[in-house]
Amino acid sequence: MAKATFRIWRGNADGAEFVDYDTEVSEGMVVLDAVHRIQAEQANDMAVRWNCKAGKCGSCSAEINGQPKLMCMTRLNDLSLDEPVTVEPMRAFPLIKDLVTDVSWNFRVKEKMKPFTPRPPDAEDGTWRMEQEDIDHIQEFRKCIECFLCQDVCHVLREHDLHDEFIGPRFFVYAASLEMHPIDTENRLEELKDSDGIGYCNITKCCTKVCPEHITITDNAIIPLKERVVDQFYDPIKKLFRVFSR
Amino acid sequence: MASYETHEYDVLIIGAGGAGLRAAIEAAAGDLKVGLVCKSLLGKAHTVMAEGGVAAALANVDERDSWRVHFADTMRGGQYLSNARMAELHAKESPDRVRELEAWGALFDRTQEGGILQRNFGGHQYPRLAHVGDRTGLEMIRALQDHGIHQGIEVHMENTVVSLLKTGERVSGAFGYEREKGRFKVFSANAVVLATGGVGKAYKITSNSWEYTGDGHSLAYHAGAELIDMEFVQFHPTGMVWPPSVRGILVTEGVRGEGGILTNSEGKRFMFDDIPELYVNQTADSPEEGWRYTQGDREARRPPELLTRDHVARCIVREVQEGRGSPHGGVFLDIAWIKEKISNAPEHIRRKLPSMYHQFKELADIDITQEPMEVGPTTHYIMGGIRVDADSQMTAVPGLFAAGECAAGLHGANRLGGNSLSDLLVFGKRAGEYAAQFAEENEAVPLDTAEIDAIAAHTLKPFENPADDGSGEKMGPYDIQTQLQEKMQELVGIARSQESLTQALEEIQNLREQAENVHAIGNREYNSGWHTALDLDCLITISESIALAALERRASIGAHSRDDHPEKEEPGAGKYNTIVNKAPDGTMEIRRQPVDELRADLQEIIDEIG
Ligand SMILES: Cc1cc2nc3c(=O)[nH]c(=O)nc-3n(C[C@H](O)[C@H](O)[C@H](O)COP(=O)(O)OP(=O)(O)OC[C@H]3O[C@@H](n4cnc5c(N)ncnc54)[C@H](O)[C@@H]3O)c2cc1C
Ligand code: SF4
Ligand code: SF4
Ligand code: FES
Repeated sequence: MAKATFRIWRGNADGAEFVDYDTEVSEGMVVLDAVHRIQAEQANDMAVRWNCKAGKCGSCSAEINGQPKLMCMTRLNDLSLDEPVTVEPMRAFPLIKDLVTDVSWNFRVKEKMKPFTPRPPDAEDGTWRMEQEDIDHIQEFRKCIECFLCQDVCHVLREHDLHDEFIGPRFFVYAASLEMHPIDTENRLEELKDSDGIGYCNITKCCTKVCPEHITITDNAIIPLKERVVDQFYDPIKKLFRVFSR
Repeated sequence: MASYETHEYDVLIIGAGGAGLRAAIEAAAGDLKVGLVCKSLLGKAHTVMAEGGVAAALANVDERDSWRVHFADTMRGGQYLSNARMAELHAKESPDRVRELEAWGALFDRTQEGGILQRNFGGHQYPRLAHVGDRTGLEMIRALQDHGIHQGIEVHMENTVVSLLKTGERVSGAFGYEREKGRFKVFSANAVVLATGGVGKAYKITSNSWEYTGDGHSLAYHAGAELIDMEFVQFHPTGMVWPPSVRGILVTEGVRGEGGILTNSEGKRFMFDDIPELYVNQTADSPEEGWRYTQGDREARRPPELLTRDHVARCIVREVQEGRGSPHGGVFLDIAWIKEKISNAPEHIRRKLPSMYHQFKELADIDITQEPMEVGPTTHYIMGGIRVDADSQMTAVPGLFAAGECAAGLHGANRLGGNSLSDLLVFGKRAGEYAAQFAEENEAVPLDTAEIDAIAAHTLKPFENPADDGSGEKMGPYDIQTQLQEKMQELVGIARSQESLTQALEEIQNLREQAENVHAIGNREYNSGWHTALDLDCLITISESIALAALERRASIGAHSRDDHPEKEEPGAGKYNTIVNKAPDGTMEIRRQPVDELRADLQEIIDEIG
């Protein structure tokens, strides 16, 4: 067995720092395994979130060598072990302790969004008819595991701290999954334009790059939503049409 | 005096997986005040990991399906030890529960006609599992969560309940701590629903997460409820075996449902070698027929890979023990072979099994569209659990309800795949409904504050226990947990005997003593070591109940195998459930309870369908 050094962020809101831990590593290990080994053997009180260990629950988000990733899906094989591997919490959210951050803002954002509102059922048994090809693209959005890594990298949140004016890529994906849902009847475009701040997104695509579910956040969710907002609020002909059709 | 926050509810739900969320939505349907507590963040409960699908006789793919066939399949799968009333309610109500999810935004894969698509799964006679690729649990929990957050339910995320509170005979609330700062919270409630999931963390090789420490089972047991059939622990036949760090992670049965086959080191499809009598008539004669079944040929019978999980797991263990295993101690699961049958196989596999494709690609460097996977059994699910009334889900403790994996009755000796997600929905709803009814019909009872102080002191004990007992060998919380897992794996695993189980009970007793004196370092803030120390009590309690029940059942049936009692029934014993409860002197008691005779109309179904 080889040894490797992990440089892990330890501490809480009052103060934190990197601490180096040497530990044994073996074939096939992922970063979360190493963190767990350190926790069990050297630092029982270390805080870290995880559940599934298979990239399905979105609990173990962190920044590994500066890259936003799921710890359970980052194999040590893919990292250089000649130097210490740094493991830090997501930086766009307030630190609770060690690798655990306060992500509750995300849950509050979702609660404020208009919920799914279906049209009356198509069939008597209370069900709807939908073609697979009409839902393929929404199923892409619904793959989201709410790891919030996209929120972590988006500069509007991370650097500009506009949490009160901008809901972030995760919730544009959520909005898109509702807006494009074949049986949803609600309209969320006004909020997207105003309180949700979709205009702040300048399509840097950083969110898409880090999404562990490979959701094409920018191209498939944000850009089409921006287009819908433009169509509804800025397109002069449509605007006129709306005035006359009132 | 302990300091704590108090929250008052009419109904308190402990657990936010499928069962807890469904119960909370139901309980909040009137104007009751509902609280929901969970150990992780919302949406991260185990339910999120379910892959294959949710079983409901919608009959969208094969119109011959009906609740009666689903009922018969469930009873057969459970070796007729299931609570028949629960199996009946489950089969009848699951279609509505699944449809209702669509009204809340879930998007299942579709049939040609635009309805909900259903797939084949082990033990189900017809394609019955509504699904979304292989991430059905995510779809389900998200639909419930996104609907639930608009129902006025108060959610306490990252809070762990360590004890139920009782006033006289009745449950009156719960005591817990929040992870962030380690502060105590007391929840008072007129009715409490336990929906805490399973116990997989009692074993070394498991598909389950840190949350699965049997908390609900243990809370209920200590509060005076009964646990039934705890010996029935499901070892799922296909967990990953390599690399070591991912050992135990689930490989969905959906792989076999889509045509995947099991082979040994000699390249032989060994599942054809041993087909149990109950299933001979329903099983394919040839690989060709099996393949046709997976492709929807209604005249074909299922391939032996889709026999019940207990049987497939034992066949795999046999192959490995007899030296025909794969290099890392499993067998091969091959889906890549279907390229002989269909032209765009790799693409087809990636579309049908996207997360399996990723899981193997990213964790094991294996491309499942090109090469076989290595798989072996992994601790997956517990059929046993808290004994409840079939209709209302109330336990023996007035006001205390249970639903989902922590409750028991539906699955008997073995659970069919897909029957858990439907169980959560059907009985989650019922628990919520009857808990609300109980809360409305009964006056609130005052909390017993003396009891609260004692529990608080106990919760802080790990900090006060000395770090060192002078022996230089004192075990920390993780060491004790690991030891327990190793012992359970070795002594209370797939193959059990009087000897192994007696030894297990001794080991568990030793570990209990260690756990009582375990020391936690650091302070109360988000301290995983402390949390692990507190979970030990639950883990040890349920481990003892599993071993005790396994010792009591001197037969090999369903998921429970005794090397020293290979026959299915103990001569003259009849069909019975094992029941564990806490005796007045604090020790664990066990007894047998004969299985009720079937209602005539249900017996007719069994006689007809088999
Ligand atoms: C990998 C995997 C795949 C599966 N695939 C399928 C499938 O395809 N089909 C199927 O039918 N079944 C499947 N199952 C089984 C099924 O997913 C589970 O049985 C089911 O999700 C359990 O749901 P639940 O609501 O009972 O509990 P869970 O979803 O596990 O939720 C338990 C909740 O209780 C909370 N909790 C626990 N203890 C406490 C405490 N002390 N205090 C406060 N809160 C607590 C937890 O935080 C959590 O919120 C699968 C299981 C696994 C592991
Ligand atoms: S594309 Fe938009 S949402 Fe995504 S990271 Fe860039 S600015 Fe943020
Ligand atoms: S969109 Fe992708 S990166 Fe963002 S939260 Fe969802 S899964 Fe994570
Ligand atoms: S632990 Fe679930 S995504 Fe990593």
